[in-house]
Amino acid sequence: MTTVEQAALTGRSPGELTWRRFRRDRAGVASAVVVAFFFLVALAAPLISAVYGKDPTTTYGLDEPGLLNTYGYPVAPNGGISGRFWFGIEPTLGRDVLTQLVHGIRTSLLIATAATVLCVLTGVAIGVTAGYAGGRTDYLLGRFIDLLLAFPSQLSFIAFTPVVYALFVTPGKETPTYLRVVTLILVLWVLGWMGLARLLRGQVLSLREREFVEAAKVTGASPWRIITRELLPNLWTPILVQATLMLPSMVTIEAGLSFIGVGILEPTPDWGRMFANGAHYYESDITYIFFPGVAMIVFVVAFNLLGDSVRDAFDPRTTR
Amino acid sequence: MTEDILIAEGLTKHFPVLGGFPFRRRVGAVQAVDGIDLTVRAGESFGLVGESGCGKSTTGRLLTRLLEPTAGRIHYRGRDITHATRKELAPVRSEIQMIFQDPYASLNPRQTVGRIVSGPMEINGIDPPGGRTARARELLETVGLNPEHYNRFPHEFSGGQRQRIGIARALALDPKVIVADEPVSALDVSIQAQVVNLLARLRRELGIAFVFIAHDLAVVRHFSQRVAVMYLGKIVEEGPRDDIYHRPRHPYTHALLSAVPDPDGDGGPVRERIRLAGDVPSPVQPPSGCRFRTRCWKARDVCAEVEPVLARADGSGPGHVSACHFPEPPTVERATEVILDPALDPSSPAGD
Repeated sequence: MTTVEQAALTGRSPGELTWRRFRRDRAGVASAVVVAFFFLVALAAPLISAVYGKDPTTTYGLDEPGLLNTYGYPVAPNGGISGRFWFGIEPTLGRDVLTQLVHGIRTSLLIATAATVLCVLTGVAIGVTAGYAGGRTDYLLGRFIDLLLAFPSQLSFIAFTPVVYALFVTPGKETPTYLRVVTLILVLWVLGWMGLARLLRGQVLSLREREFVEAAKVTGASPWRIITRELLPNLWTPILVQATLMLPSMVTIEAGLSFIGVGILEPTPDWGRMFANGAHYYESDITYIFFPGVAMIVFVVAFNLLGDSVRDAFDPRTTR
Repeated sequence: MTEDILIAEGLTKHFPVLGGFPFRRRVGAVQAVDGIDLTVRAGESFGLVGESGCGKSTTGRLLTRLLEPTAGRIHYRGRDITHATRKELAPVRSEIQMIFQDPYASLNPRQTVGRIVSGPMEINGIDPPGGRTARARELLETVGLNPEHYNRFPHEFSGGQRQRIGIARALALDPKVIVADEPVSALDVSIQAQVVNLLARLRRELGIAFVFIAHDLAVVRHFSQRVAVMYLGKIVEEGPRDDIYHRPRHPYTHALLSAVPDPDGDGGPVRERIRLAGDVPSPVQPPSGCRFRTRCWKARDVCAEVEPVLARADGSGPGHVSACHFPEPPTVERATEVILDPALDPSSPAGD
């Protein structure tokens, strides 16, 4: 047998085929690049502000006369955009918008990513357990999921976030920022995993009746081996697709909470809170809300497109 | 006398039917398998035939302990494995393997052929000389596949090739018994013969006993030395192949055999024609007495009252038992046709 034939005989795994399909999808690759760019920006935020020479907390407008007028608005046109302040400066306090945005993205993505990872882990654990165990376990977990799904999530976030703060910190004392971050992750996690769990439960219910699972049982495989070796590799598709759709929604929810004022507080930079501030000034200074707004739209749209492309790559039969 | 290696006594499986609100409780049971006895001897092929839904596959899954029997006993080489747990079953596991019906569902699409075939060895901690990879390649060769296909994925194979992979997986543990659950019914007719011949060769060369489940009587005839006919969860007739195919006693066996097309058309003795009407009754509420009486042309009052037992009827050969109060003569010839289905009756205006 020649070497050419030998090479032709190595098969392509479903994963490789998926990767090939994904690379052919231009929209998918483009949105992946955009999403990667945002994560890079978030990771490199301190580096960016060091190179750029400014930080998100210094009140340049207050420290230096001539940047803000007597009403607190930037003197220079377009929200104070200049060679020094690329995205302009914030009204009233006069902080740099670019570093605020970059650090805000960092905060938001950190919270959203952590919450998504926790939700996915919980969803996988509970969904697969319910689906594989079946019977009473499935019934109880199913009702628990129904119970949590019955909560109006936005209202619950607003109502529970202060309650959780109060659990950690005695009232009247200052809540440290890391605790606010942890609390937000916790709240997003507790009410975020049910959709994935329910989806995976259904998938496992149909998978565990498949004959390859029975074949593994006949050879004496343990339940743990069946779940990890036989079931999970067949669940990567829904898990990945759900995760890529979950993350942008987590970003918007976190932004929404900070907008309302139960999320991250001053002076920690936050993407969502920039909208809240921007909304106060948009009549006089539209530029201030423009950059965080456009960045958020680009990010969410790119991530959703990425989610669609991932789904299409995994399952070529789906049509939109 | 060959050893009886797998024995089932009074094997029963009832699936609960749940219903009610708000708390679901048991409201009935599907009597999928209801007290069957069977014996598989070392190295032989035991055929299990019957129409869809008669409990053949459930029986196969009970024998491999994929399902927990409701009642009855299963003995493997004198060892009671009826309710053995997974750990207790471990030493026996490798000796009773299974081949599945659907070659598209029975192979994990995310594993390479090599991993599928070597998986059973990994689970049972078997280290064959030369390593698992070499053994898996050897098995692929045994079932007529190119060992170079080791790194390929199931989606790259045809149905017949996939079924061969399934057979290689079953062989990986050197089993003594293989339960083959309709191993060829999902395949093209041209491929069926190849796979059946492969199984026949494995049985001969490796001395593996088969429980061969099928609804295709011709395939079973080709492959099995002893045959049991199932109807609605019970064995109605059992015996050596030639007795079942040439000298059946149970009316249901007659009906089944008459439904097999005669490929020879050699002008031999005219075979009987029996056309049953209606469907198999619900296994939730099977008929009293003889389960076949609702579709039998010979049914009388006693059939509803007394359940016939599997016994040797007058004129049957040794080892040939049937469960009927009024056994048919031991031949497949018949003077008059039995046509119960009004759509097929030539004298009725509806038929044509």
